[in-house]
Formats: sequence, structure tokens, C-alpha cells
Amino acid sequence: MSDRIFGVVGLLLAIGYVFAALAIEESFLSDAVGPKAFPLLLAAVLGISSLVIVLRPDAEPDWPSLGRLVEIAAAVVVMMLYAQMLPVAGFVLATAFAAGYLAWRLGSGLIEAVLTGIGTSVGIYVIFHLVLGLSLAKGPWGF
Amino acid sequence: MDLLSNLGDGFAIALTWQNLLLALLGCFLGTVMGALPGLGPSNGVAILIPLAFTLGLGATPSLILLTSVYYGAMYGGRISSILLNIPGDEPAMMTCLDGHPMAKKGLAGEALSLSGIASFVGAFFATWGLILLAPQLVKIALLFGPAEYFALFALAFMTLGGVSSTNQAKSAFAAALGLGLATIGVDTQTGVPRFTFGEVHLYDGLDFLVAIVGLFALSEVFIFLENRHGGNADGSKLKIGKLYPPMSMIKQCIPTMLRTSFLGFLAGVLPGAGASLGSFISYSMEKRLVDKEGTFGTGDPRGVAAPEAGNNAAAGGALVPMLALGVPGSGTTAVLLAVLLSLNITPGPLLFTQNPDVVWGLIAALFIANFMLLAMNIPMVGLFTRVLMVPSRILMPIVAMVSFVGIYGISGSSFDLMVMIGFGVMGWVLRKFDVPLVPIILGTLLGNAMENNLRRAVTIDNGDWWTLVDTPLALSLWAIAIIGFVLPLIIGRKVKAGMHAKRDDEGSISD
Repeated sequence: MSDRIFGVVGLLLAIGYVFAALAIEESFLSDAVGPKAFPLLLAAVLGISSLVIVLRPDAEPDWPSLGRLVEIAAAVVVMMLYAQMLPVAGFVLATAFAAGYLAWRLGSGLIEAVLTGIGTSVGIYVIFHLVLGLSLAKGPWGF
Repeated sequence: MDLLSNLGDGFAIALTWQNLLLALLGCFLGTVMGALPGLGPSNGVAILIPLAFTLGLGATPSLILLTSVYYGAMYGGRISSILLNIPGDEPAMMTCLDGHPMAKKGLAGEALSLSGIASFVGAFFATWGLILLAPQLVKIALLFGPAEYFALFALAFMTLGGVSSTNQAKSAFAAALGLGLATIGVDTQTGVPRFTFGEVHLYDGLDFLVAIVGLFALSEVFIFLENRHGGNADGSKLKIGKLYPPMSMIKQCIPTMLRTSFLGFLAGVLPGAGASLGSFISYSMEKRLVDKEGTFGTGDPRGVAAPEAGNNAAAGGALVPMLALGVPGSGTTAVLLAVLLSLNITPGPLLFTQNPDVVWGLIAALFIANFMLLAMNIPMVGLFTRVLMVPSRILMPIVAMVSFVGIYGISGSSFDLMVMIGFGVMGWVLRKFDVPLVPIILGTLLGNAMENNLRRAVTIDNGDWWTLVDTPLALSLWAIAIIGFVLPLIIGRKVKAGMHAKRDDEGSISD
């Protein structure tokens, strides 16, 4: 069943891709093929393969329990917050939080998670910024 | 001898202090990454690329660093296969079959050093194979016009699916998806924006490095979160014992190593195959050929030597089509292609004439790295077994953060990080559905080149699409492509079932 849903999503994607491709404005200086042909070709491959997936699905994948899915969703949210907070909070603080959170959710105890977070963040800062000179996000305090 | 003087020039480039240090660093990091379950050659190299760039390394030094990581990971994968029965990366899964039983018999040290020697033999011969075969392939490739290149790209995608997935429809889906992602951005020929939906950040197209790191490295973090495998290896299993195998054991394995090096190299050269296939067919062939007493699977030294020589030889072989044609044969070489493209170097036949220093410097560095790896992997193997003690609840956060740092270091934009997270989630979902990730990466990398060649070919012939199948060369490429796509449908199921049977969820991205 999962595969059939996946195939249908793929088909919708192919159809959406076709519409987006047809909406491309052609320049008057176009070559013989133009910017639409290749995307339309790809849409055909995408559509046919999705159709085959719908018609001949594989065995059901092992879906994780709802709890695990929430776990992954939470990690995604934390990472997105991390991406947004980097320029605001600075590298060291943001990274310590994000790494600590991930370590905690992967099964570290509270103290170990805090230490992993701080260790990862300071370690990366020292190695990549101070030693190797990579530019990292600067927060209000410059690190 | 043209070849030897080229090689001499290569050694002159590789033997600078900077390059030697980079090779050493790459070998060390590669072995560590190979040994750790969850980090394999492709995601290991992927998280290091952005760093190599932001450090401002030139083309040759970056390639030396990253291919040393690649070779090193092929060596390192065997360590956890033998000691823990968990493949450190996918190509090492066949090593579990005899390596772990040997370790259980108290021969862990012998198994490790024997497989180290086998890895060396495989990689050594494959590097020679690369030197001899690549220039020949270049001669053929110089005859290619745009129509042939288009056919060649199609061939790469169609044969890739034959091996990397159990379902051809899913690999075709992955290839189309990857190519579709590459069409996002301003059209290079006419200058009109495509699929950007008015988002200015997308005008330059998606950066393939962002896609690679997201798909390979972040999706791994999600897999670990899903399974909540945060633990570390059981320390008592990591005892090694005697480090050097008796001469008789090595002698017994020499014919095996030579045969499987050759076979592995061939498997590597084939587009789409890569090291996992190399180790799989090496093991299967040796089992059929020399396993008269039925000792394979119970700790036969030849069963350890065969897959290790095979996968290292395939790793070298996979570099041949990447360098000579610009079409990588496996996931990790696709990642290496990304390095070259980002450095504005187009691999393919012209690379050998325009940037001989890159090619020969790289080849010389491979020889040097191979000797370094032999030294690291036999006397110093104890150091790497200790790495297995690091629990993944500490390791995976570090992997995630290094990925973020690398991408942020290139662009300095939060938008790219968001895109990378999106790719990470996509990679996780696709892996659940058993959709191979390598065609996606290859598609994002080669999409523009493939489209440009198509349009050039048709435009040269005034809009006649039949020009694509006009020459004998193009026709034969299409024929191989179609056979490569159809054949696995008929006979591939059995081979693939064998290959995927021992597959572990973690670290199971194709190399």
C-alpha cells in the first residue's frame, strides 16, 4: 500500500512538473530545442516509473511507530530552528544546543548530553575556526 | 615511456609536504569513517568536501585528501565486520561472512592483518589498472560528439539502476528526480528561469553539495534517531590477539587475492556497479572456485581475502570512468565528481590533456596513500578498534554538526541549510521506500551537462532529433544502455537478492 501511495505522489509530481515546464517563458533567442523539451522528457520518465510503482508495488517497508516518527519530526524542527538561529545566537551557543539535543534524543543521559553539546560546539569552533580559519556564524558576542 | 614519465611528474606533485600530510590525514580519517558503522565512503567524503573548499585547497590537494579518504574507508570497513559482525560500510558486508567466524575462533588479529594485505593487493593492482586503462578509454572518448555524450549519460543512468536497487522502476524514478532537480534555476542556454517559482535563491540552481550532504549524511542521522541505536560496541569483543598471520596463510590466499583483484577491478569499471558488487562477486566466485571442503562461511582465510581484495580493487576501478569519461560508476565517485565540478574542472578526455597534473598527481597520491594505509592498518589497527568504542549517541550529533558547518562555510546562508534539511528528510523517506540515492546525486550532478549535450546535438543538426541515433558509436552506446537496463530485469533478481540479504539498515547507502 505504501508503494502505491508513493507512486501516486510521484505521478502528481510528474504532472505538476509538466505544468511548471509548460509555464516556462520562451525567450525569442531560443535554440532549436528550447528550455522545455528536456524537462518534458524527464516528466515522462518520472510519470512512467511512478505508474509502474503503482501497478507493481514492492513489499511494505518497515514503518517506525508513531513515537519514532514524532522523534524524527522533532529533530527536523530543532535543525530548522538551528539553521534560523545560527546568525542570531552565534555558532557556539546554537551548536551546543542542537548537538546536545541530538545526543539526548539518541539516548545520552542529561549530563552526557550537555557535555557532548558543549564539547562538539567548542571542538568544532577551535578546530575549524581557530586552527583552520573557516568562517562560522557570528552571534552578538562574535562567536 | 610516456606513461612512466607522466607517473614521474605525478610523484613530483604528490611528494610535497602539504600533499603528503593531506594524504596521511585522509587515510586516517577514511579508515576511521570506514570502521564506524553509519559513516561510509560516500557520506564520509561528502561531509569533508565543503571543508576542503573553505580551506581554500587547490584541485590536486583536495582530490588527494578526498580520494585518500575514499581508499581509507574501503580499508576501514572490514574492522567492524570482523570484530563485531556489523559491516562498517556496505562494501564490507561480505567480509562479515568469514571474518567474524575467524575472530570467534580467536584469530581476530590474523583476520585483520590478512584482510589488510588483501586490501593492499586489490588497491595496488587497481591503481595500475587505472593507469593502463584510463588513457585507452580517453582515446575512445575523444571520438565522442554531443550525441554520443547524451547516450553515454543515459547509459550511466540505465545501468546504475541495474545494480543499485532491487526495483528498476524506482531507480528510473530516482534518476528522473535527480535530473529534474538539476533543471531548477536559470536555463544556461536561453537565460530564462525555470522552476524557480520566483524564489531568488533558486536562480543559481540547487547547489549539489547541499543535496549530497543532506541526502547522504543527514538522512543517516535520521535513521539512527528512528532506530535509537545510541550504544557502542561491546569492549570485550575488541580483543585482537596476534597481529601477523603465518606465512602459510598468506601463501594460501595469494591466488585468491590476484583473481579477485582482477574481478573486482572489472566490476568497478562497469558503470553503476561500485565496490559492493565487487566484493560480492569476488566472494561468490572464490566460493565456487576453491571452496571444496565447504569451509567458506566458517572462518576460511580465503573468504576474508576475497571480498577485501575485491572491494578495494573495485574502488580503484570505479575511478576509471569517472576520470576518463566524467561519468562516475558509484556513489562515492559521484561525490568525487562533485568535487571536480565545484573546482571548475570538467572530468573527461580533456582532463588528461588540459590538467595532466591533476590526473597524474592524483594517481601518484593513490600509490602513496595505499602504502600509508597498509602501515596504518596492520601495526596500528589497535588504534582504530578503539574508535569503535565511541557510541553513536555522541558520534551522530558530531556528524550532523560538521555537515551544517561545512555547508554554512560555503554559502553562509540559512536558506541552504534549510534546503539541506529538506534533502535529509527526503533521503530518509526514499531510503524507507528502497529508492536508491545514488541516481539522484548523479542526476543533480550531470543534469546540466546531459541537457546541454542533447540541445547541442539537436541544434547542430537543425532540429533533427534523429541525430541522437545517427552514428554507429551512439547506436552501440544506446544498445549497451538498453541491455544494461533490461538484463537485470531478467537475471538480476537472484544476484541482488544475495547482495541485499545481509544488508543492514544503517550505513546502507550504496558506496
